[in-house]
Amino acid sequence: MLAFVISRILQAIPVMLAVALISFAMFAYVGDPVSIMLGQDFTEAQRTQLIHDLGLDQSFLMQFATFIGNAVQGNFGLSYRLSRPVAELIAERAPATLELAFCAAALAMLIGVPMGVYTGLYRNSWLSRAFLTFSLVGVSLPTFLIGILLILIFSVWLGWLPSFGRGEVVQLGWWSTGFLTWSGIKALILPSVTLGMFQLTLIMRLVRAEMLEVLRTDYIKFARARGLGNRAVHFGHALKNTLVPVITIAGLQLGGIIAFAIVTETVFQWPGMGLLFIQSVSAADIPVMAAYLMLIALIFVTINLVVDLLYYLVDPRLRIGRGAAGGH
Amino acid sequence: MMQVQDRPLGRGPGPILEVRDLRVEFPTRRGVLTALDGVSFDIAPGEVLGVVGESGAGKSMTGAAIIGLLEPPGRIAGGEIRLNGRRIDNLPYEPMRRIRGREIGAIFQDPLTTLNPLYTVGRQLIETMQTHLDLSDREARQRAIGWLEMVGIPAAAQRVDSYPHEFSGGMRQRVVIALALCAEPKLIVADEPTTALDVSIQAQIIALLKRLAREKGTAMMLVTHDMGVIAETADRVAVMYAGRVAEIGPVRDVVKAPKHPYTDGLMASIPPLDRKVHHLAGIEGAMPRLSAIPRGCAFNPRCPHVFDRCRVERPELLDTGTTRAACWLYDPASEKQAPELFRHA
Repeated sequence: MLAFVISRILQAIPVMLAVALISFAMFAYVGDPVSIMLGQDFTEAQRTQLIHDLGLDQSFLMQFATFIGNAVQGNFGLSYRLSRPVAELIAERAPATLELAFCAAALAMLIGVPMGVYTGLYRNSWLSRAFLTFSLVGVSLPTFLIGILLILIFSVWLGWLPSFGRGEVVQLGWWSTGFLTWSGIKALILPSVTLGMFQLTLIMRLVRAEMLEVLRTDYIKFARARGLGNRAVHFGHALKNTLVPVITIAGLQLGGIIAFAIVTETVFQWPGMGLLFIQSVSAADIPVMAAYLMLIALIFVTINLVVDLLYYLVDPRLRIGRGAAGGH
Repeated sequence: MMQVQDRPLGRGPGPILEVRDLRVEFPTRRGVLTALDGVSFDIAPGEVLGVVGESGAGKSMTGAAIIGLLEPPGRIAGGEIRLNGRRIDNLPYEPMRRIRGREIGAIFQDPLTTLNPLYTVGRQLIETMQTHLDLSDREARQRAIGWLEMVGIPAAAQRVDSYPHEFSGGMRQRVVIALALCAEPKLIVADEPTTALDVSIQAQIIALLKRLAREKGTAMMLVTHDMGVIAETADRVAVMYAGRVAEIGPVRDVVKAPKHPYTDGLMASIPPLDRKVHHLAGIEGAMPRLSAIPRGCAFNPRCPHVFDRCRVERPELLDTGTTRAACWLYDPASEKQAPELFRHA
């Protein structure tokens, strides 16, 4: 078990290094930081001095090593646009994005899984057909369009929910949360639905397909032949066997939700990391972009590790297989 | 004398299972297929009825119909199934569910796929027993260990917490047998219980099934295409062809002196071990598809003794003296009578 975790972490290191290289390359190839920082009027001496201060006269490898060393300590330098430490900017914005992603993912799982189970069990009921039709809409409509439609209906026509922002937030230490105020919760609803819609329909279709597959297996027939009730067969035996692929997809989707909250955050002017990223792109604020890229990579790598560990909990066959392999 | 040949050999009052004129249909886009047609047999308490036939003859389907788990869209379209005199073919889902496992146990073909991979064998046993019997968790666990011992799992007290993948195929089939028997049903439907196993394991599993059925007084319907297994295990045997019973009778008579031309061909196609053969005997042609079962006797296009009546009228099971066979050769009113050539002796 421990050996497995360690080996996975070791595997993650090259991935992170590759992403770091790409992030680092942005500094060199997307615009020239020196000319950006010097502005219009400067002397040649100032320029040389700055290049030296920034360490740009060092070899490529030395620069990259410095970058990695700083990144590991959470130091990504100053934002060109806001002249504040990048780490601080991201830490400020992260709670908004993480809360939004959490709500969207919870929505997708809590509604998507039961809907998938239902449509798998009652294939021909009209409700299943309605769910499937609805899921086609969810899968095929682009996120920004869903967001704009929701704003039109619930903010403009009905006036029930705010169309932008986080509402009032409460500071819990460095974490700002919208869960503790009514306006914060109301503000979360539309963006969460928008962000979670695609994942919800995806998870529903996946669970449905897996349920149909599992219900055909011999062990389900045998469970029925042993006289087990429908509840035990469907939820005890069938659902658990559908979970392994669902965990994989749900995990990858969670990473996706965090990384691609950009569109939703833009539509709803949600003050999260995605919005920060978009603003940084338009201002060519490379330190922020680089840090964001590495953070998202780290999140993906972490989620993948967690997903692998969840397999362990769900499927006993993996425990033995890996255990034996690890023993050699 | 009364006709006894289609009556079970077992002791006791009535048969435990009576199947009468069972008809199973599959509605398809191109019309209704009749998978089973007029299947009738009885099983007495404690008796083992072997059911043999080629693939697609309807052996497994008969078993599935009895435990009420036909694959949709298959459905029972006629006839009746009685368990201890009580009709069960038309029961709603819930009462039928309570019969499955409790009164009729089932054993499936492939032990590698019949057990849920995510639960320990103990949990699967306990869950089955607690569904049907009023047992506390501790009692159920004790009994689960007892059952594993009974089916010959070594170190049962430890193995009860193992997962299916930690057992070999033969051991898994033992677990499946424990699962089928653990609520003490009086009838077991075993569908090809040894087909997926190594030959060396097959004999052990058959011996185990036989012993447990005898000890517990459990009747068994043993579906297989292995005549060796039948000869060794069954009291009586039913030979199926194209969804119908071709011949049924005591196993000795059916194996040694088959009366139906199809049974005769089937027995002749088993290569003898005691002498060299240069050609493997077989039956010309192939079993008809369900959508193209010929008029009259289903076997008539392949039958070496076919005559006019076979192509027109469908034969019922007729008394042959030792067994009962669905063949016009045994109707005294037919223009052609059974030749003596079937007597292999």
